[in-house]
Amino acid sequence: MFLINCPYCGERDQSEFSAGGEAHIERPKQPTELSDDQWAEYLFMRKNIKGVQFERWNHAHGCRKWFNMVRDTSNDKIHAVYKMGEKPPIK
Amino acid sequence: MKNKYSIFSLIKNAFSYHENWQRAWRDPEPKKEYDAIIIGGGGHGLATAYYLAKKHNMTNIAVVEKSWIGGGNTGRNTTIIRSNYLWDASAGLYDHALKIWEGLSQELNYNVMFSQRGVMNLAHNLQDVRDLQRRTHANRLNGIDAVYLNTKEVKKFCPIINTSPNIRYPVLGGTLQRRAGTARHDAVAWGYARGADDMGVDIIQNCEVKGIKRNGDSIEGIETTKGYIKSKKIGVVAAGHSSVIANMVDLKLPLESKPLQALVSEPVKPIIDTVVMSNAVHAYVSQSDKGELVIGAGTDAYVSYTQRGSHDVVEGTLKAILELYPIFSRMKMLRQWGGIVDICPDASPIISKTHIKGLYFNCGWGTGGFKATPGSGDLFAHTIANDEPHKLNADFNINRFVSGDLVDEHGAAAVAH
Repeated sequence: MFLINCPYCGERDQSEFSAGGEAHIERPKQPTELSDDQWAEYLFMRKNIKGVQFERWNHAHGCRKWFNMVRDTSNDKIHAVYKMGEKPPIK
Repeated sequence: MKNKYSIFSLIKNAFSYHENWQRAWRDPEPKKEYDAIIIGGGGHGLATAYYLAKKHNMTNIAVVEKSWIGGGNTGRNTTIIRSNYLWDASAGLYDHALKIWEGLSQELNYNVMFSQRGVMNLAHNLQDVRDLQRRTHANRLNGIDAVYLNTKEVKKFCPIINTSPNIRYPVLGGTLQRRAGTARHDAVAWGYARGADDMGVDIIQNCEVKGIKRNGDSIEGIETTKGYIKSKKIGVVAAGHSSVIANMVDLKLPLESKPLQALVSEPVKPIIDTVVMSNAVHAYVSQSDKGELVIGAGTDAYVSYTQRGSHDVVEGTLKAILELYPIFSRMKMLRQWGGIVDICPDASPIISKTHIKGLYFNCGWGTGGFKATPGSGDLFAHTIANDEPHKLNADFNINRFVSGDLVDEHGAAAVAH
């Protein structure tokens, strides 16, 4: 449990948000040409990193907008928050 | 050879004030090479080593554990054992485990305090009723004992439940598996450790895996905090940290690791002699032999390795507990903790070979791995020894995420996720 600085609403309790999993997984441009392995990779396989991870969040009980976040999953510290479509501010 | 535990050994040791008990397992330094290495000294890992030695004559093996054995999810779960899963594959897997549980204390010569006090699952809405009735029928077709109870029968089986129709989520019925129950979680790890050690398995604690050495498509050994250890076969049973190990060989798994919480109350006299679970309102409760209420809460909805869990999750669970059991309203909670659970998209585990020769994974048990400990160890040992899955875990291979043959057990997993 922690505070999240929503890029649209400011700092709010984490319980207002819902997590959308790993960020920057691109939807296949040509779905019909994907092999089963590639579909599995896109749909199910995750890095599930212990450490700094890029992820998507939604301010579900607020502005309902999606955004990205850089968070250390080993201590829940948030390093950066940035809007959808923006480049991650940290490598 | 280990001394047998019995009433006579208890009396004999009483004369020396219990100061001369034999060590239950050694504390060896790692050898240079093993026939197989198990990464993770929890219940599943120790059980795997035990069955590798016992059934497959592989005794030159080691279990490496980064902390102390049984200190992870084995010591953090709510000790519930049942096998009332919906699909045939799961029924086979979990009932295999339940059958081993029934004779485990005798087999290990270690009291795991297995208590078949029954597990009741409650229904709170019409869909729950239909789902649970369907699951009861499916269970019985698979030879698993299950009965459906109406509200009156639920009340009779567990009188402290509030079955008033006026509560927010009234109890409309439930299922009961009488062969289900609980066991002492630490004892399971210790019993398997003692048994495996007795057959020559090295249990190496405080030994963290830092890297895996591979040569093309096969495994050569592991880099640990206690040095390099060679082995051509490696079984990973690292629960919440499975992805951390997988990332060392650039293998991606369909897992997300999340904190799952539990809590216990102050000890009180016996008040609930069974296990009651409610998937819909997310509350389950049983009572330990010490008298504490053991309460399971939910997972946090985001990836985290913090072993803590959020306050609002506990609050939600306790609200539900209080509505179902008004008698607990003045109970004080003693301890709360979290464990990191690795959850698969279909809420079923993976017990499987990988595309890397000699590397095997047993993971994805999510919120319900404890119940499967003996069966999981037995089947994983079979998979490692024969380089082929047993027929009971063939459906739980990693390729099901490619083929689409998922084993969707979200309905039977007690923790909604």
